[in-house]
Order: sequence, then C-alpha cells, then structure tokens
Amino acid sequence: MSEKVIDRQTVGKEAAPKGAAPARRRLRDKFGRSALPYLLLLPALLAELLIHLVPMVTGIVMAFKQLTQFFIRDWGSAPWSGFDNFKVALEFDAPVGKALLHSFWVTCGFTVLSVGLSWLIGVTASIFTQDAFRGRGLLRAAFMLPYALPVFAAVITWSFMFQRDTGLINHVLHDQLHLTSDKPFWLIGDNSFWALLTVSVWKSWPFAFLTLTAGLQNIPRELYEAAALDGAGVWQQIRRITLPSLRPVNLVLVLVLFLWTFNDFNTPFVLFGKSAPQAADLISIHIYQSSFITWNFGQGSAMSVLLLLFLLLVTAVYLFATNRRRGEAE
Amino acid sequence: MINPPASFRWLRRVVLLVLAVFTLTPVAVMLSSSLKPLRDVQGPWRWIPSELTFRPYIDIWKTVPLAKYFTNSLIVAGSATALSVLIALLAGYAVSRYRFRGKKIFTITVLSTQMFPGILFLLPLFLIFVNIGNSTGIALYGSRGGLILTYLTFSLPFSIWMLAGYLDSIPRDLDEAAAVDGCGPIRTLVQIIVPAALPGIIAVAVYAFMTAWGEVLFASVMTNDQTRTLAVGLQGYATQTDVYWNQVMAASLVVSLPVVAGFLLLQRYLVAGLTAGAVK
Repeated sequence: MSEKVIDRQTVGKEAAPKGAAPARRRLRDKFGRSALPYLLLLPALLAELLIHLVPMVTGIVMAFKQLTQFFIRDWGSAPWSGFDNFKVALEFDAPVGKALLHSFWVTCGFTVLSVGLSWLIGVTASIFTQDAFRGRGLLRAAFMLPYALPVFAAVITWSFMFQRDTGLINHVLHDQLHLTSDKPFWLIGDNSFWALLTVSVWKSWPFAFLTLTAGLQNIPRELYEAAALDGAGVWQQIRRITLPSLRPVNLVLVLVLFLWTFNDFNTPFVLFGKSAPQAADLISIHIYQSSFITWNFGQGSAMSVLLLLFLLLVTAVYLFATNRRRGEAE
Repeated sequence: MINPPASFRWLRRVVLLVLAVFTLTPVAVMLSSSLKPLRDVQGPWRWIPSELTFRPYIDIWKTVPLAKYFTNSLIVAGSATALSVLIALLAGYAVSRYRFRGKKIFTITVLSTQMFPGILFLLPLFLIFVNIGNSTGIALYGSRGGLILTYLTFSLPFSIWMLAGYLDSIPRDLDEAAAVDGCGPIRTLVQIIVPAALPGIIAVAVYAFMTAWGEVLFASVMTNDQTRTLAVGLQGYATQTDVYWNQVMAASLVVSLPVVAGFLLLQRYLVAGLTAGAVK
C-alpha cells in the first residue's frame, strides 16, 4: 500500500503544471522534513507498543520461564527453564505434545474448510447479487446480519439450536426429515467439529461477501456489455471478467480470513465453554486451557510463540507466492 | 451480467433462497424463542410459541444485572471507538500525506500485529496488569480502563490501514488549496480532510465498535463483577440446574439491537470504506 502512495506522489509531481511547483515545494519544505508525521504517529505507536509489542516481548520471555501459579504475583522471580517449555510442547510422544499436535491438525483442517467454504459462498452470493433485482437491498442487508450480530449473542443462539433434546437442528433432522435414526449430540463428541464449522462459516462468509461486493463495484459495466456483444454467455462473463477482477481483493481477503479463523477463540469458547471437545479443540482454546486451567503460563507462552512462528511462516510464504504471481501477471 | 438465460436466473433464485434461510434461521430462533414461556424452550423444539409472552423481556433485567453489563459495554466500546478513530485518523493522515523515514516499517509492523493471536497477548497482559496493580496501585486488571486500552489496539491496525487507503482517494489538490489559503496541517486535517473522509471515518468507527462490543476472550479474563461486559454477562442465564433459554434469546436480541441497527444504517459507508481502503 505504501508503495502506491509514493507512486501517486511522484506521478502527481511530474504531472503538475509549472505554476503549482513553488507552492508544492514550500509545502514540502515546511512540513515534509519536520517532526510532524512522527508526532501524528506517536499515539498509534504508543498504543501499539503498550498493548502489542511489550506484551509480545514479555510473552517470549515468559516462554523461557518456569512460570506456575506460585509466581503470578511476581513473575520476574520465576526460575529460568531454557528451552524446556518448547521441548515439552514439541515432544509429540508425551501427553502434552501429543495433545498440542492433535489440536494443531484439528485447527488446520477446520481453517482450510471454513475459509474455503466462506470464500466460495461469499463469491457466489456477491456475483448473484451484482445485478439489480427486486428485493436485492433487503437480501444484502440480511446477508450482512451475521457480521453485524455480536459474536457471543449469535453463537449462544447456535448452541441453543444444537442442543440434543430441545434444539432446532435435531428436531428438523430427526422429527421432521427423518434423516437420522437417533438424536445425535452436537456439542460433545465427534460431531462437534461439524457444529463448529457450521457456525464459523455462517459467521465469516458475510465478511467475504461484503469485501467482494465492494470489489465488484469497481468493474465497469462496459466490460460486460462488450463481452455480451461478442457473444459471451453468463458463465464466460463470470469466468473471464468477474473472477479475474476480484483477484487483488481475493489475495487480501483469503489471508485475513485465514488469520482470523486460525486464531478464533470466541466461537469455540461460547459454543463449548472453557474446554472444547477433542474433535473441535482449536489451538487458541487449547493454549487458554493449558495456561489458565492448569496455571502453567510458561508452557502456554511457549505454545503461543510456536503458534506465532507458524503464522509468520505461512503469511510470509503466502505473500511471497502471491507477489510473484502478481508480478508474472503484470 | 448481461443477458442471463432463464436457467441462470432460476439457479440464482434457489441459491439465494438457501443462503437466506441459512443466514436468517438463528435470527428467527432468537425471535421466536424470546417470546416463549419457559416450558416451551425446555421441551422439544417448536417453531411457533404455544403461548405468546413478553415475560422473558422483563425477567432478563432481574435474572442477571443486565443493565449494569449494558452500561459497562457501552462505556468500554464507546471509549475504545472514540480513541481508536482519533488515533487512526492522525496516523492514517501521516501515512497518506507525508513521506518520512520508517514509514514502510511502521505500516508493516502495524499490519502484522493484525495476525497475532489474541491468546499471545492475553497471558503477558494479564501478568503485566496484575503487576502494575501490585506495584503502583493503578488498577488495570479488572477495570474498564484496562479493557478500553486493550480493545483500542485490537481495531487500530485495520483502522489505520482502512483510513490511510480512504485518505489516499481524497484528492491532494484539496490540501494544497488549503495550504495556499494559509491553513496549517492540523487545520487542514480538521477542516478539510475530516469532512471529506467522513464515510471512511464512520466505517472505521463501526468496525471498532463492533470489535469491542463482541470481544469475549479478554472480557472474560480481565473483568470482575463490577466491570463485566455483556459478552461475559450473558452466560449468567445458565445456572447449575437450568438454562433460561427464552431469557438468553431475549437478552441476545436486546444486546444485538444497538449494533445491528447502527450497522444497517451505516453499512453503505462500510462498503465505501472497504472499497477505498481494503480493495485497492
């Protein structure tokens, strides 16, 4: 983004008429090299430093400490433990490491499915509501509702719907459609994965829809008219015009959805409470539980650091791959 | 799309209908259950209440101190939003209008904090807040101030990014005209940029408010009986023996109303903000 800003500034400078140059130079001399931009950034920097960077450094230090409940009041005095916390987390034959690895795979599967489905539904819905028809405004508003509803209120409603004996899901599946022979449990056991996935997709696809709808508004209608004149059908118009125009939006959208879904804590926490069932043991909940239920903060921090390293790696690979693809396309 | 055939239009209708049902079912459940007597929500599911009652809407205020949680949420989310918009506006203005050393590092750092899992900050912040409280007497842990500070930074990265993008779409000629007229940078920001960027500012405010209103993790660890927000307070309807589902649904509806109404009123700004900020 910052490159674009600079581009525009240089382009603007070259294109400016001669008469405007002195005023522009005066403006730049007066403020450009002064401390003003830094002053403007100062509040943001302080806030970031205080809540993001200092805790992060603290968290990394904590990961190397033997930080149990005895040291909560004065965590600095907790003994150093070197890489022990990391060793325990990565020892996949022992209980702690095994559980962490399991949680990691569950989170990976869950994230891929949730992001994929959310994106697919978001694209479909935004393309299908691109043209005006009666009731489109109402429908769009309805589609954005899950994004607007507070997470805890929405997810608590889903947990009511998933109740075994009193919930809507089993009533429809068993009593009305006779699809299941028995009323299954949804919030415990293996089904919990699918319950969590349903809620997650329900909650995230509207963001994809919103972003993609915004992206679609930039496509000039003449493109479609020209294509239709050349005899392109609807599917060809979608494949050749709509989808390629959405590519820059998609690059950002998929990354943001991935990070949000991978780190999601709110959904499983409201749906299952402090400890999620095995099949839906997302990594955030797992770390929360390892830290606050067993009060082993050092161990929890080590797991957090590992998680962060993984996310950094994925993001870097993703940005590198998409940048190269974009470079090739241009 | 130009000239869609009838088959496409039918497919479109079916898909949109299915999606509408998927999207709206929880809302229908909320509404219908909130008007049911307790025996209805404790028995097998029924779409239509056996008897229409508004009792849950009265009881919700007594079963848990909902009004207090509401006030707490309003104070916390409102303050976090106001601060976040102000700080993001200043930073977005700097990023959009000035060239300075370290700009790239700043934008990358700010954006990358977006990907840190909340759980990573939770433990250290918890300990830092507790330790600050022990050594200086400033109660951050359990206070609204601590929560405001935390939420402020959650929405900040995305807000700065969106606002910088939005400000980029405002022609620079406006600033220059103001400068020629003798306006300093701050007056230019207040009198020229803010009115022109209002849709972007509203979009950021909506985003920040929704982020703060819906956050659960920090609210559940960092609050006490006095400062509890709605996100945690709603769990109070589940007692050891009973879950008052009709009250839970009524309360969910009531706490959703302000954000949903605000969102629907302002959603066109949000789309405008996204178009300019996120989509470029």
